[in-house]
Amino acid sequence: MFYRENGQFKTSYQSDLQIFPIAQDRIALALFALVAFVAVPMLASDYLFRAVLVPFLILSLAAIGLNVLVGYCGQISLGTGAFMAVGAYAAYNLNARIEGMPLLLSLIGGGLCAMVFGILFGIPSLRIRGLYLAVATLAAQFFVDWFTNRVAWVTNGSSSGSVSVSALQFFGLALDSPARKYLLCLSLLVLLGLAAKNLVRGAIGREWMAMRDMDVAAAVIGIRPVYAKLSAFAVSSFIVGVAGALWGFVHLGAWEPAAFGIDKSFQLLFMVIIGGLGSIVGAVFGAAFIVLLPLFLNLVPHWLGLAISTGTASFLEHMIFGALIVFFLIVEPHGLAALWATARQKLRLWPFPH
Amino acid sequence: MGFFLETLFGGLMAGMLYALVAIGFVLIFKASGVFNFAQGAMVLFAALTMARFAEWIPRWTGLDNMLLVNLLAACVAAAAMVVVAWLVERLVLRHLVNQEGITLLMATLGISYFLDGAGQLLFGSSTYKIDVGMPKDPMIVLENTFQGGLLLSKEDLYAAAMAALLVVLLSLFFQKTKTGRALRAVADDHQAAQSIGIPLARIWVIVWSVGGLVALVAGVIWGSKLGVQYSISLVALKAFPVVILGGLTSVPGAILGGLIIGVGEKLSEIYLGPMVGGGIENWFAYVLALAFLLVRPQGLFGDKIIDRV
Amino acid sequence: MSSRKTGDVILDVQNISLSFGGVKALTDISFDVREHEVRAIIGPNGAGKSSMLNCINGVYQPQQGQITFRGQHFRHMNSRQVAEMGVARTFQNLALFKGMSVLDNIMTGRNLKMKSGILAQALRWGPAAREEIAQREFVERIIDFLEIQLHRKTPVGRLPYGLQKRVDLGRALAMEPQVLLLDEPMAGMNVEEKQDMSRFILDVNDEFGTTIVLIEHDMGVVMDISDRVVVLDYGKKIGDGTPDEVRNNEDVIRAYLGTEH
Repeated sequence: MFYRENGQFKTSYQSDLQIFPIAQDRIALALFALVAFVAVPMLASDYLFRAVLVPFLILSLAAIGLNVLVGYCGQISLGTGAFMAVGAYAAYNLNARIEGMPLLLSLIGGGLCAMVFGILFGIPSLRIRGLYLAVATLAAQFFVDWFTNRVAWVTNGSSSGSVSVSALQFFGLALDSPARKYLLCLSLLVLLGLAAKNLVRGAIGREWMAMRDMDVAAAVIGIRPVYAKLSAFAVSSFIVGVAGALWGFVHLGAWEPAAFGIDKSFQLLFMVIIGGLGSIVGAVFGAAFIVLLPLFLNLVPHWLGLAISTGTASFLEHMIFGALIVFFLIVEPHGLAALWATARQKLRLWPFPH
Repeated sequence: MGFFLETLFGGLMAGMLYALVAIGFVLIFKASGVFNFAQGAMVLFAALTMARFAEWIPRWTGLDNMLLVNLLAACVAAAAMVVVAWLVERLVLRHLVNQEGITLLMATLGISYFLDGAGQLLFGSSTYKIDVGMPKDPMIVLENTFQGGLLLSKEDLYAAAMAALLVVLLSLFFQKTKTGRALRAVADDHQAAQSIGIPLARIWVIVWSVGGLVALVAGVIWGSKLGVQYSISLVALKAFPVVILGGLTSVPGAILGGLIIGVGEKLSEIYLGPMVGGGIENWFAYVLALAFLLVRPQGLFGDKIIDRV
Repeated sequence: MSSRKTGDVILDVQNISLSFGGVKALTDISFDVREHEVRAIIGPNGAGKSSMLNCINGVYQPQQGQITFRGQHFRHMNSRQVAEMGVARTFQNLALFKGMSVLDNIMTGRNLKMKSGILAQALRWGPAAREEIAQREFVERIIDFLEIQLHRKTPVGRLPYGLQKRVDLGRALAMEPQVLLLDEPMAGMNVEEKQDMSRFILDVNDEFGTTIVLIEHDMGVVMDISDRVVVLDYGKKIGDGTPDEVRNNEDVIRAYLGTEH
C-alpha cells in the first residue's frame, strides 16, 4: 500500500520519460544517495572499503560498460580484460610521462585509448557474428596480454610488465584514505552510469537493441549497422577503459598484465549475465553478487566452525561458483534485474496477493 | 631446409593435438547446439581420473601388469566421463533447452569451473604422470637427404596416428550406425528428430559421453606428453580458434583447422618471434582465426548463415 | 472503392529478374505504381511477391532490370538509401524487435529523423531532450491512430499476433513514408482484425496520401481496397490492371483455380 502509483499522473512526456517515474522510487533513491555518499564514508571500516566497496564500484562500472555491448547491442565479448588493461596502461603512461597530469585527465585519457582500441577490434563484428565473434574478442584479450608483457614502451621500461602509481591527487585533494577513494569511484560510477542510462533509453540505445534483435529489419528502417555496432564498441570500451584505469590506480595501486587476464573477462561476463542482460541496474547487482560471493564462501566454513585448508577452500569455491552460475542461468536467465522487477511488482500489490 | 621441415612437422603434430580437443567441441556443438567451454576442463578431468587410478589400482590390488592397470584405469575414466555426461544432461541441459547461445555458453563456463574444482578436489592438484607406454625417444629420418637427418618425435607420431584412428572410428560411427544417424538427425533439427521418436535426452547423454571419451583420448595423449596438470585446461583454450577456423559444425574442419594453426604457430614463433621478443604463440592462433573469418565468416567448412526476412 | 486522385508514376519497376543460385524467383517483371494509389500484388504462394518487395526495398539485388523512383534510376537499391527516399515496409514474418516495447519499436522508425549526437544523448542535454520529446509526440499520434495505447509499454513479444502486425505497421508509418510496402498485412487475422487493418490502410492512404503497394491473399480485401492489381505466378507477370479487369483475366483464373481438363 505504500508503493502505489495512485494519484501520480504524468501530464507531460517529459515526466513520463524520467528514469524514476514513481515518486516513491525517487524518495528511495534520495535516501540511498544519502547513505552512499554520507553515511558509508563515515561508518565503514577500512577493510570494507578496500576489500568490498571499492572493487564493487569499479567492477559495477566495468559491468555497465560490458552490458552496453553484450546486453544492449548483442555483441559477444570475451576480451573485456584487455580493454581494462588498455585503459589502465594508457592512463599509467599519461600519468607517468606527463608532468603534473591531473588524475581525472589520465583516467579519461585511458578511457579514450580503450575506446579507439575497442573500435578497432569492433570492426570484425561488421562481418562476423555470434559465437564466431567471440574469437575476435579473445584475439584482443591474448594480444593485449602479450603486448603489455613484452613491449617495454607500454610499461615505461619495466621488464616484467608491472607498474605502480602512488600519491594520487584529485584536483589538489590527496586521495590518501580509503573513504576518499571510495567517493571518487562512487562519483564516477554515478556519472558514467547516468550517461549510459541516458544513452540506452535514447535513440542510439534503440539502434543498439534493434541490431541485437533483428539486424536485417534494422537496416530497412534506415539504421546504419556500421555506426550502431561501432558506437556500441566505442561507448562500451570507453567505460570499461575508465574502469580499468580506476582498477589499477585506485584499487590495486600496483599491477601487472595478469591482473587483466582472461579470468577478469569471464568474471565480468558472469556479472552481466547474472545481473541481467540489457539492464544498467542489473550490471550493478551482478557486480555485487560476484564480489560478495567469494567473501561469503570464505566466511561460511568459519561460521560453521570447520577448518579447511586454503587449497581445498579454493577448489570448493570453484565448484560452488560454477554450480551457482548454472543454477542462476536455469532459474532466472534474465538475471537479478528480472528478480528485482518481479519483487517490485509484488511490492506494488502488497499487502494484497493480486 | 631441414630445420624448416622439422618445424613444420612439429607444427603438424601440435596441430593434431589441438584437433583432438577440437573434435570433442564440434561433436557436442553439432548435436546439441552448445559451444562447450568446458571441453578443456573435461580433458583435464578425464586425464586426472586416468592418471590417479593408474596409480591407485596397483596400490589397492597389487596388480603390476602396466598394460592391464592402464586399461582398467582407462575404463574407470571412461565410465567417469559417461557419468559426467549424464549429470550434465540431467542437471543442466535439460533445463536450458530453448535458451540463447550466450546463456548456454555461460552455463558451460560454469560447468568448467565446477569440473576444475571437483577434479582437483578429488584427485589433487600436483602434476601426475600418465604412462601408456608411448615411446619417448626421438626418431631420426631421412639421413641421406638431409645432413644429420630430421629429428622427429615418435610420441607425436603415435599421437597423430591415434587421432587419425579416432576420426575414422567416429566417421564410421556417424555414418554407419543407427545411433550415428540419430545424432545427425538431432543436429539437423531438434524438433523434427523428436517428432520421429528420437529421444532427445538420451541422445544428448550419448553425445556428451562421446565428447567425454574424445576428451579422454586427448587427455591421455596430452598428459603423456606434458604431464597431467591444471594448465592442460588452459592449453585447451587454443582449441577454440581451431574450431572457429574450421567451422563450428565440421569435424574435417576441426582437423584442418588444427593443422593450420599448429603449423602457423610454430612457424611464426620461430621465424617472426625473435623480431618482437617472442611469445607470439599465445595469440597467433586467435589472430589467424580472426583474419580468416574476415574473409570467410563461417569458417572453412561451417554452415553459411542465411537470413530470411 | 473510393475515387482517389492518383497522380503520376512514382515507382517504376522495369524488367526485373532475380535468381538464387539456379532458382529463378522473378523473370522480367515490369509494372508501375502511381502516386497516391493502392497497388496490390497478388499470386499463388511462391510466385515471388515478397521477393519483388525485397528488390524494391534493397534487401535483394536483382541480377537484371532497374527501378525508377521519382525519376531517379537505380540498378541496385541500398536499404538505407531507400529508407531515406521515403519507402517503408512491413514484413510477412513480422520483423519486430522482440526485446523492446511497442513504444520503442515504433520510435525506431523515427530514427532517420533524429539528429542528436551521442554525447548530447548521454547528457540528455537541451536539444537532445527536446528532440526525444518531439519524436515521442509524433509516435503517440501513430499509437492513437492504430488504437494501441493500452499496450505502449508492453514488450512486443508478449502481444497477440494481430496487435504485433499493427505495431509493424506503426513502425513503418513512423518513417513518414511516401510509399508503403505492405507484405501480407492481414495474414493470420480474423474477419474483425482484417476490417480494422483495411480501415487503417485506407485511412493512411486518404489522410496522408501515402502510396500503398500491398501483397495480400484475401481476394475480397484486394478487390475492395485496391486501385490496380499486378498478378504474379512462378515469377512471371500474368496480369496487370484494375481489379475487375484482373478478375476476368483467363490466365489469372487458370493460375488460381487450375485448368479444366
